Amino acid sequence: MTTETLIWLVPLPPLLAFFLILLFTKQNNRLSHLVGVGAAFLSWLLGMLVFVAAVATEHFGEHPFASSVGWLPLGGDTFSIGVLIDPLSAITLFFVAWTVLMIFIYSIGYHNFGQPKGDHDVPGLPPHGAKVDGHKVPSIEPLYARFFAFIALFAFGMFTLVVSDNLLTLFVGWEIMGLCSYLLIGFWYAKPSAREAAKKAFMTTRVGDVFMLLGIVALYSATGTLNFREILYDNHMLMMLASVDSGVLGLSAAGLIGLLLFIGTVGKSAQWPLHVWLPDAMEGPTPVSAMIHAATMVSAGVYMIIRMFPLLSAGWHAGGDLTATMTTMAFIGAFTALFAATIAVTQRDIKRVLAYSTISQLGFMVAALGIGAYISAAFHLVTHAFFKALLFLGSGSVIHGVEHGVLHTGEDIDPQDMFNMGGLKDKMPTTFWTFLIGGFALSGFPLITAGFWSKDEILADAFANGHMAVFLTLALAALLTAFYTMRQITLTFLGKPRSKSAEHAHETPRTMTMPVTVLAVFAVAAGWVGIPEHFPLIGGLLPNWFHDFVGGTLFEHPEAVEFNMIPLLVSLGVALGGLALGYLVYRNASAEDPLRKPLGKLYTILENKYYFDEIYDRIFVQPAKRFAENFSYLFLDRDVIDGLLHAVARASFSLGAIFRNYFDLPVVNGSGDFTAALTQRFGRILRRVQTGSVQQYMLVAALVTFGGLFYYLFRVLQ
Amino acid sequence: MTDYLLSLILFTPLLGGLVVMLLPGENKPLVRRVALGLSLIPFLLALVAWFGFGNAPEADGFRYQQQLTWYAAINSSFHVGVDGLSLSMVLLTTLLTPLAILASFTIEDKVKPFMALFLALETGMLGVFLSLDLLLFFVFWEIGLVPMYFLIDQWGSPKGERELWKGMKMPSRRYAAFKFMVYTMAGSLGLLLAIQMLGVVSGTFDLIVLFQSWPSLTGSLFGLDIAQVKSIAFWAFAIAFAIKVPIWPFHTWLPDAHTEAPTAGSMILAGVLLKLGAYGFLRLVLPLYPEQAHQYAPVLALLATLAIIFGAFSAFAQKDFKRLVAYSSVNHMGFVVLGIAAAAYAAGTESATIALNGAVLQMFNHGISAAGMFFLVGVIYERTHTRNLDEMGGFFPLVPVYGGLLILTSMASLGLPGLNGFVSEFLVVRGAWPIFTAYTALSMLGLLFTGAYILKGISKTLHGPLNEAWNKKNLPDINRRELAVMAPLVVLMIWLGFWPAWLLNVINQAVVAFFG
Repeated sequence: MTTETLIWLVPLPPLLAFFLILLFTKQNNRLSHLVGVGAAFLSWLLGMLVFVAAVATEHFGEHPFASSVGWLPLGGDTFSIGVLIDPLSAITLFFVAWTVLMIFIYSIGYHNFGQPKGDHDVPGLPPHGAKVDGHKVPSIEPLYARFFAFIALFAFGMFTLVVSDNLLTLFVGWEIMGLCSYLLIGFWYAKPSAREAAKKAFMTTRVGDVFMLLGIVALYSATGTLNFREILYDNHMLMMLASVDSGVLGLSAAGLIGLLLFIGTVGKSAQWPLHVWLPDAMEGPTPVSAMIHAATMVSAGVYMIIRMFPLLSAGWHAGGDLTATMTTMAFIGAFTALFAATIAVTQRDIKRVLAYSTISQLGFMVAALGIGAYISAAFHLVTHAFFKALLFLGSGSVIHGVEHGVLHTGEDIDPQDMFNMGGLKDKMPTTFWTFLIGGFALSGFPLITAGFWSKDEILADAFANGHMAVFLTLALAALLTAFYTMRQITLTFLGKPRSKSAEHAHETPRTMTMPVTVLAVFAVAAGWVGIPEHFPLIGGLLPNWFHDFVGGTLFEHPEAVEFNMIPLLVSLGVALGGLALGYLVYRNASAEDPLRKPLGKLYTILENKYYFDEIYDRIFVQPAKRFAENFSYLFLDRDVIDGLLHAVARASFSLGAIFRNYFDLPVVNGSGDFTAALTQRFGRILRRVQTGSVQQYMLVAALVTFGGLFYYLFRVLQ
Repeated sequence: MTDYLLSLILFTPLLGGLVVMLLPGENKPLVRRVALGLSLIPFLLALVAWFGFGNAPEADGFRYQQQLTWYAAINSSFHVGVDGLSLSMVLLTTLLTPLAILASFTIEDKVKPFMALFLALETGMLGVFLSLDLLLFFVFWEIGLVPMYFLIDQWGSPKGERELWKGMKMPSRRYAAFKFMVYTMAGSLGLLLAIQMLGVVSGTFDLIVLFQSWPSLTGSLFGLDIAQVKSIAFWAFAIAFAIKVPIWPFHTWLPDAHTEAPTAGSMILAGVLLKLGAYGFLRLVLPLYPEQAHQYAPVLALLATLAIIFGAFSAFAQKDFKRLVAYSSVNHMGFVVLGIAAAAYAAGTESATIALNGAVLQMFNHGISAAGMFFLVGVIYERTHTRNLDEMGGFFPLVPVYGGLLILTSMASLGLPGLNGFVSEFLVVRGAWPIFTAYTALSMLGLLFTGAYILKGISKTLHGPLNEAWNKKNLPDINRRELAVMAPLVVLMIWLGFWPAWLLNVINQAVVAFFG
């Protein structure tokens, strides 16, 4: 089998699993998860084979794996779709395959496989636990099998997106994931909050999607193709797009198309101002959060703009002035990175902290791409996928442990609130150590964690190219990141338990701890492939493989930035400083956040996420509802258009009435009636003749006959 | 057989209707089954036509042609024939009719006339697609109205009243049937006059001749400049078809008719009848009035955009589930018209070809998904006897299979990539973008709110806490017969999303040959 065939096969197993589970194995939980995990494993295996083949190929960027078939016959042409694995998609495939497989395995434990059915559990609500021998124990998820079907479809969407060789099938995968995130965020659909969150996620990302769709058709119209290689690897084409004026906002065609596509990413990767859906997406079960926020959907947004980078940056050359589109990206990315980090500082829910940190980290990548740091953005995408999946799965493990305590003690507390935790280090050692690794990677703990290397590179690039505003904003965001991460670790694992449930928490099953352990390995090791060559002491020990490999994706290989001590020192300072501060502030925390008093009003604003939900509701959602009901339906359709029709109907009615009363009745009916009446009168007269008596008839006949005879004789005789 | 295949397809339903009338009316199961069986014959014949299409002899771009003397005195003949455009519509019609009949097995009232009318309706619709003679076209155009009028008026939803003006009230279904009938007839009036004018001037009603002679006609007519005459005739055609599609602002009959019609009636209304209007634009307006179509295309595009936007908003405003789905047709047919307008404006360009491909494919796709949506709404209505979304909620655990189907069909209707609707919407948007950039961009607002009303429908019925009024007994899951109705539709939604080439090939050939 050729590698190209293998690539075609990568997305298929999860799709088959989706149909198999829904159509056949739904009733059997064990079979269903075997099908699901088996499919993820097959895709993983295929993915690894492809990845190894890609790495083994020399000058892979110039000779990627590609194959396509005709899909849409249009006029004389055929629109083709196909698969493409180049260096960028190879590494994306690598991290997606790994994280997806881990998430699938983790889901078995998370949804309490092997536990009894709950006494009062219903589909559409989280399991409430079952009573066994007088103890309350966790119960299995009522829609266990269906969960695997949904995440399998999700995985299909992501694999499709990664292996696509064109924007259209990328968009197909993109939207299938959108549907799956809708289904999975709303997995516990009977909860009104989950239902609303699912709708919000779908609609908010759809705002971005319709712009992206325009970007796609604009690109197709301008170039006649959507194939990545044909557009992005063709300097002539890119120059043409960069020089044509689009007529909108003074942008070039490339600039406008890039901007439209980028808005798609703003929605999908939850960048300000379309970030509002992501924190609410935490309504879904934890593996979903990991799936959405690490391995797949939000990564897909950034992947797309990394993929389209040559187009987004058309007309720009390294070290030169940024294009308008790139400036927009740099601004939105940097702003989002800082903005989301500030909100994360005040959140109490362990998953929400991670949600905001995801928004913030994606901001780092977007900003990096905005300033042209292509490799760093891709690098951070990979490392972030590993450590953020690790953190989400870890937080799920924590919640699971605390939920166990809640069931045991019967306490009425929120098992996701970090202020109800504390001291879990000894109860859940595996979860603790792996979470610590993930947290440190997120904070950019120097040298050993992957997050350090990738984040440091973004800062170094911003500094080297003189984008000081971006540099400072991101540095500040990094400081806050380290701070809120340590706050989270301290509140959750260190100190003393702040609730009975936390005291009774215990380690989760192996199906959950194994995946986080694997991910922890990557959260450390994934950084080693991208150590800059001139880094003090250890630089050059390992080749900067990542830069060389991924750089090959572009037509012109990007240069590595020159090493400079200042960004490194800043990077070290913010990471260590933030971690230290976080520990110092929160080590003795009680149920009250120690920052609340000193921050005062600011804390309330942050806690309420700058009131974006409320503002959007007031200026978009409610007016749209009123517009739809009052204007579009009641006013336009019912009052104006139907009113007009009814007026015509009424006029016709009236006209009809006039005809009837003043013409029909007197004239038509009148003349008719007159004839009838006349006939009747004659009839009445004649009736007198018809008595029915034969003698009388005979008499009349005789009289007439004689009369006639006399008349005749009289005439003749005269 | 290829000589009279189309006549067979065309008249079997009508004959079937007569056969049904001869059956004993008290034996309802027999009547239903016979009607279903008879309606499958044209479908099978259409399949024969479909698979033999490439090999059938072709003349002037049309295959399976048959021409018989009919109205010799005025040079109108019984002339039928198909190309890819009409054949795909014939396939859609003959597929949806049996499904709609199967969907109406629950009708208990006057079963015999219902089925007979339904079959007669099929002949009316097929005739429009098959005719290659203007007068014949018009005859079938009008014939289809009558059965539908009675279907709505007699078997429509029994509840509800509509106030026309103060003191003037009417039962909703009577109002809807009347509005549907009178509105369409009003449009037909101009159409008939214009057709007669064409016939008189050209001395024939044969379309193949008219396609050649009419657009190139110069000079003056009736003391007017020919361009003026053509403009007037163009609008006579355009308004008749615009009402049928319907294009905003001629659309208000649609929500009433669709909502009040029985389930099967709504399926056919949305699935096929709306396509008659779009088909009229494609088959008659564009080829007969290329210049006028180009001239007035921006108006058409504007109205299409308004249909897309206001259709979506009005759907979002509904509390009545069926009315919500009805308005979605306004929204989706807007894309068909946008594609047609774009093609009319830039005839012969690559974008025009793409837009036309998209428009025709969208007609087919909308037929599939709208019929599915109306059927699913009907399934819920038969169980709960309400269409009010506020009285529903939390149905998913009670009806898991139904729920899955509703989500899938809704997503197809929304145009989710991977399902059928996306391909056609994408092609329309792609085709229209370089031609009507601003309108295309504006229509995205409608696409956004498509999401809003689709999700509203799903979340108000399936999601949320269970409304206590419903339980497993009064709300059982979808049954086998209902599954059988949905199965072909679901297969097509997925198949056309995954591999649209089998249908698009045929459409594309026709588009290239007919408009190229």
